[in-house]
Amino acid sequence: MSRLTTAGLMTRLSRLLSLAWLAGGYLFLYLPIAALVLYSFSASELPNTWGGFTLKWYAALGHDQELLDGLALSLKIAFATAWGSVLIGTAAAWALVKHPRFRGRTLFSGMVNAPLVMPEVIVGLSLLLMLVSMQRWLGFPERGALTIWLGHLLLGLAYATVVLQARLKGLNPQLEEAAMDLGARPGEVFFLVTLPGLAPSLVSAWLLTFTISLDDVVLSAFLSGPGSTTLPLAIFSRARLGLSPDINAVATVIISVVASGVVLASYLIARRERRLAAEIAAAQHA
Amino acid sequence: MRSNLHPYAQDNGAFLQIQNVVKDFGHGAVAVNHVSLDIRKGEIFALLGSSGCGKTTLLRMLAGFETPTSGHIVLNGQDLVSLPPYQRPINMMFQSYALFPHLSVWDNVAFGLRRDGLPREEVAERVDAMLRLVQLERYGKRKPHQLSGGQQQRVALARSLAKRPQLLLLDEPLGALDKKLREATQIELVNIIAEVGVTCVMVTHDQEEAMTMAHRIAIMSEGHILQVGAPHEVYETPATRFVADFIGNVNLMDGVLALDEPDHVLIRCMDCEHLVGHGITGTEGMAVAVAVRPEKISLSRQPLETPYNQVHGVVRDLAYFGSYTVYHLQLNSGAVLKVSATNAARHSDAMLQAGESVWAHWDETAQVVLTQ
Repeated sequence: MSRLTTAGLMTRLSRLLSLAWLAGGYLFLYLPIAALVLYSFSASELPNTWGGFTLKWYAALGHDQELLDGLALSLKIAFATAWGSVLIGTAAAWALVKHPRFRGRTLFSGMVNAPLVMPEVIVGLSLLLMLVSMQRWLGFPERGALTIWLGHLLLGLAYATVVLQARLKGLNPQLEEAAMDLGARPGEVFFLVTLPGLAPSLVSAWLLTFTISLDDVVLSAFLSGPGSTTLPLAIFSRARLGLSPDINAVATVIISVVASGVVLASYLIARRERRLAAEIAAAQHA
Repeated sequence: MRSNLHPYAQDNGAFLQIQNVVKDFGHGAVAVNHVSLDIRKGEIFALLGSSGCGKTTLLRMLAGFETPTSGHIVLNGQDLVSLPPYQRPINMMFQSYALFPHLSVWDNVAFGLRRDGLPREEVAERVDAMLRLVQLERYGKRKPHQLSGGQQQRVALARSLAKRPQLLLLDEPLGALDKKLREATQIELVNIIAEVGVTCVMVTHDQEEAMTMAHRIAIMSEGHILQVGAPHEVYETPATRFVADFIGNVNLMDGVLALDEPDHVLIRCMDCEHLVGHGITGTEGMAVAVAVRPEKISLSRQPLETPYNQVHGVVRDLAYFGSYTVYHLQLNSGAVLKVSATNAARHSDAMLQAGESVWAHWDETAQVVLTQ
């Protein structure tokens, strides 16, 4: 055999090998999810045995009060967390970007970012200890939805601040000067120029903190009280008691909601950017 | 005398008075150093200088984005220094245009009028008039990113004129446009400003822009004003070496004042003796510099019958620009003399070649004698 064909064989082999690597990686990531979705339609009582097609687990979800209550609570807390994080995050980002020098700025900046790097278990534990002592001395607050919300807010506002800070730094400072030059007072400048400029990041910070709150288990586990079980906590406690097919059904519902949300969002973003690019190009050639 | 005259204002007819203004950013960075200027009503006044000379800081103090460390800025008898930007009767056109990206062209122009709480009909009337003025009536509904650079510039101008400011500030008004568009826009901009009749202070580093647009130019360097005058004044009679060198091209020759008469002087340089047809204030023996613009020098292959204002050199380089050619002559001392010659004829043997030996000479009114 000539050396050329040997070399050709080698490249073909290495291409096959890299394809196999890629396939293996994707399988490792997505096979479990595919299996979970598949078994949610299985009639068997065991969560990992195929027993024929059924939709009964989905039908049962509609009557599962524990899961429905958990979902309602999770959505409520996530909603409140997202709004709270964006509001406080905007103020914090404003202070950090627009006021490069004030007393305690470095400490403030560090404290805002700390929840990002602090292990959640530690944050949860220390919050729990604080709440226990507060309850002993003040008789308040009772552990429940409010304390879970405060914990999520702590985490969410750190993320929101980072996102908004980056956007605020990137805004053209001449826009605010132009507004002031045209007679806008500082408050008007903020609401008429700065806030619209921040809008895309406000939306992404809101969605990000909403998601963080919605799927948080660790903080919620420390901060929840009797009667305040969020959806992830409910799923988690059921999974600990032994897997059951209804969990598969819940998971499949969540996966489809998230997946369609992501697909829709990226489609809308891509369309918007395409249109923007086309308009800019058209303006240059006008 | 006006009754509402500010105590600091001198009634010298100036509309805008900048009085002894200093801006010290600390750490020894004095951006604007004791600047005083009087600007007349309806005038287009240019602050010209290279980057970092303090011109932008001065403009920002007029707009109110910076507060002077000391000094006064008096507009139409009213001291502005204590007023925030949103209360000054001044509007600015920004270098980046700073159009609000989320608002339409129409809403951009209406922004300032709405802040004044004008009735809806009046806002509409004035915005439409402004868009007509800059010939963008049909573009009101567009967003800024849907416009070309030149159109964005006109929106920015319309927006800064909409409130009928007493003073218009232009920050590098044509800096963001490409060269071809810039020349057309210069004239258009001046025409619009003249039509509105607003007093205008512009900042630029581009001397051509300053020369073609402004009535008067102030040349700034390191926070100081070096010279103020009409474009032809700063070009033809620069007061210092820096100004002569900064504005246009110039040949600077160092020499000694050899003869000082009331109606003429003689200056002895390395390569030639200058006869200058006017008197100067100086004493014989003092060191001076003689400035001669390249276009005021003529070339010939034979020497003229005169002992003065003539040098011999060899063509070292030449650059052909179409309408004119720039020659670099190597003089006997080794110095280089720049000469620009108009190419009046299409084909001519007057065109010199590199390496040719030539004589350069000039008129006794061509030179400027610089004592500082």
